[in-house]
Amino acid sequence: MDVEILARIQFAFTVAFHYIYPPLSIGLGLLMVIFEGLYLRTGDKDFETLARFWTRIFALTFGIGVATGIVMEFEFGTNWATYSRYVGDVFGSALAAEGIFAFALESGFLGILLFGWNRVKPWVHFVATVGVFLGSMFSAVWIVVANSWQQTPAGFHIMGEGVNARAEITDFWAMVFNPSSVERLSHVWLGAFLAGAFLVLSVHAYYLLKGRFIEISKKAFQITLVVATVFSVGQLLTGHASADGVAINQPAKLAAMEGHFDANAPADLYIFGWVDQEKEETQGIAIPGGLSFLLEYDTEHSVTGLKAFPRDERPTQVNAVFQFYHLMVAIGVFLIGLTLVGCFMWIRGKLFNSKWLLTIFAFSVILPQIANQVGWFSAEMGRQPWVVYGLLRTSDALSKAVTANQVLFSLILFFIIYAVLLALFLYLLNKKIKHGPYDEKSIEDRPLQKEIAGLISN
Amino acid sequence: MDMQTVLGLDYPTLWFLVVGGLFSGYAILDGFDFGAGAWHLFFKKEENRRIAMNAVGPVWDGNEVWLVIGGGALFAGFPILYASLFSAMYLPFILFLMFIIFRAISIEFRGKEPMKWWRRMWDILYSISSIMLAFLLGVVLGNVLQGIDIGNNFEYEGGPFFSFLGPYPLLTGITTLSLFMTHGAIYLLMKTEGRMYEKLKDLVRRGIIFFIISFVITSIYTLIYLPHLSDRFKENPVLFILPLLTFLSLANIPRLVSKKKYQYAFLFSSLTMSFALMMVAVELYPTLLISTISPEFNITIYNAASSEKSLGIMLTIAAIGAPLVLAYTAFVYYTFKGKVQIDETSY
Ligand code: HDD
Ligand code: HEM
Ligand code: HEM
Repeated sequence: MDVEILARIQFAFTVAFHYIYPPLSIGLGLLMVIFEGLYLRTGDKDFETLARFWTRIFALTFGIGVATGIVMEFEFGTNWATYSRYVGDVFGSALAAEGIFAFALESGFLGILLFGWNRVKPWVHFVATVGVFLGSMFSAVWIVVANSWQQTPAGFHIMGEGVNARAEITDFWAMVFNPSSVERLSHVWLGAFLAGAFLVLSVHAYYLLKGRFIEISKKAFQITLVVATVFSVGQLLTGHASADGVAINQPAKLAAMEGHFDANAPADLYIFGWVDQEKEETQGIAIPGGLSFLLEYDTEHSVTGLKAFPRDERPTQVNAVFQFYHLMVAIGVFLIGLTLVGCFMWIRGKLFNSKWLLTIFAFSVILPQIANQVGWFSAEMGRQPWVVYGLLRTSDALSKAVTANQVLFSLILFFIIYAVLLALFLYLLNKKIKHGPYDEKSIEDRPLQKEIAGLISN
Repeated sequence: MDMQTVLGLDYPTLWFLVVGGLFSGYAILDGFDFGAGAWHLFFKKEENRRIAMNAVGPVWDGNEVWLVIGGGALFAGFPILYASLFSAMYLPFILFLMFIIFRAISIEFRGKEPMKWWRRMWDILYSISSIMLAFLLGVVLGNVLQGIDIGNNFEYEGGPFFSFLGPYPLLTGITTLSLFMTHGAIYLLMKTEGRMYEKLKDLVRRGIIFFIISFVITSIYTLIYLPHLSDRFKENPVLFILPLLTFLSLANIPRLVSKKKYQYAFLFSSLTMSFALMMVAVELYPTLLISTISPEFNITIYNAASSEKSLGIMLTIAAIGAPLVLAYTAFVYYTFKGKVQIDETSY
């Protein structure tokens, strides 16, 4: 296999793995803030227990998020040297801002969040929780801005030619608020909130089903259900806004997402289907004129299709983009339905008697995770063959100095390490969940007081 | 082209200082926790290993943020260097990333299960990865000092796998390891007492001897085989103050240790590192990466820098961000002052 394919697989694999954890951290962060805030307001000990419990799980996801994130930061340089030179001027400021504003905030307050429960006043601890949560939300800001810039570049000009061409920044705010930043960031944030909320829902549904920790789980479930409902519906709105943006800025991507080939014709909206890229046709069940309607509220409106683009400017994997995109939307619609049914049962006072519903909630934890992954996959594969849309091709973006064997070697290495990491993560997560929300006094792992006293002050 | 300046320094030079400062900060901070980890297997009792690991437990994540910011600053300020260096040093960086992961998870997971084999496994992994991280950082530094095969368009033209392991990088790798180990032992000395503390006093001494030997050998090798590195010092003898300071601050450490002034000892081992890195900066500036193929391919702060506009924006970001970072670091520090209660949330 050649370097390009290997490097793409490696990047996709490592970033997809990284992206299991940050959404959980961001989403759990939100719920920790809510639980702890409720504790401060009401003085109800149950909320404190919940905040502490979810903080322990947060610590687990956070640690792996950090370790796998560092890999991403340096992979630009190792595998995508030409790309790094090309975008460095623009991208760099976003990454530097991320480090200074987001990661430093996060890790600065992390010590208090994890170890400070009994050492600082409750409101100081709350400030720390909010600090970590905001820090994790900011991490998403800068990296999504950087990625949105490569989807819809703005605020730059090109200097130099051929291999020496590079984008130079001309307008910082135009770069930050490039045409897709706002929609995509809000969509990513909500996706992260959903990932966290459904983990909480799942775990407490499981306790309810098993008849453990009933009272506390009811409280947690109700609050989180509100959060999940609001953001599930919100996700449809931000997703729709993204799709409108893609239609304007990246028409070839939109055409691929919907499997729309005809150069200039009204477009259908597929519920599901299969794209044959060779024959340039899509088969499946569709609402005639549906896509046209969604974009312009007119079923006769024509939408640019893939045939309007030269073959070497079309996404390379149309069917994959189509399937990933449809899977995400299907999950989104399902989550809306599920949370609404949950609210309905709650109002009727039957929520906690419906075993079947709680069982669905217990398993639904995986759905936002899948939607987050395939959402990125369709957004990124739909951007191909460009690494910077319309400007730099992926095949030109590689590190010229790096050989296929090197990439293969590191790919296998990461694959093995990440497989082990995932197994350990699931094992420990399971253990913490089985153990339940209450502290165990018997963990024999207590460092001596003096050591802790000294080391924190560093 | 006229360059904008601040305090008489042009933007690329300023950014060179920023990146240099970040990497010295990183070396000092992660240096002590790599160093502490490198000694880990020297402690035999479970109790002591736990103490040693907990001594870095709550700080390692904060320390690594310096790497993240440093890496970001390098990417932002000198994208060409970032791209060429990282793709040229592919293998050492991939290994570095791998060991970063191993280390992080050893700290996280070790205490989660009581089994003996479980803890032993993480202890060994923790120690090996700490040693390798220190060593690899030194190896990369050695390659930077020695120069690498950078050709046309800043592309690396050397061998793909093991050409980064020449004799000189090996020496700088070992020297870095020894320096970090000294530094880490002093850090642990501040955090312990009783038997373990007695043992560490001995380890500090061994660390210093190890460092002096490797430092002297590396210096001799440099003078003989890499004369270009000392040119700057010969042209401008005032600069000899830097090696002198490095040596003086190092020589101060045993004295302070025997007087039990560990905070000062730690300060001086940090100074030793800063002075050593300043030597490196002086040797290189304004070059960032020497091409062994031809000087015309050298990567310098001028041909590698981002646009003035971009550097200006980032200097603003740094100027806004740095006080914020300091403010909440100070807040955290303040909160944790004084007597601490051990409780069920501790590591
Ligand atoms: C700031 C930059 C950035 C960010 C935030 C992301 N990506 Fe990305 N992605 C890239 C920058 C990038 C890239 C470096 O530009 C790649 C490498 C090759 C390419 O074409 O684009 C890429 C490729 C790429 C591919 C391969 C596409 C292909 O080769 O056909 C996938 C599947 C993903 N990414 C998935 C993700 C996921 C799951 C992300 C969520 C965390 C993500 N990306 C965030
Ligand atoms: C290629 C893209 C990415 C790079 C280079 C990257 C880089 C990093 C780095 C270096 C860290 C470790 C920071 C530390 O030491 O504290 C990290 C952690 C983190 N990243 Fe990423 N990241 C990427 C994608 C993303 C995306 C898309 C998001 C958000 C939606 C995100 C959110 C976070 C968060 C919240 C953390 C903190 C750790 C955690 O919460 O699990 N990252 N990332
Ligand atoms: C409910 C219907 C949904 C619609 C109409 C929708 C629409 C979209 C569109 C059009 C994109 C591509 C944006 C681009 O390429 O610039 C996208 C990307 C994405 N979606 Fe969705 N989405 C929906 C649901 C969800 C859900 C439920 C999740 C996760 C819980 C999710 C997570 C993502 C992510 C992570 C991305 C990649 C980031 C981005 O490009 O914004 N989506 N979505």
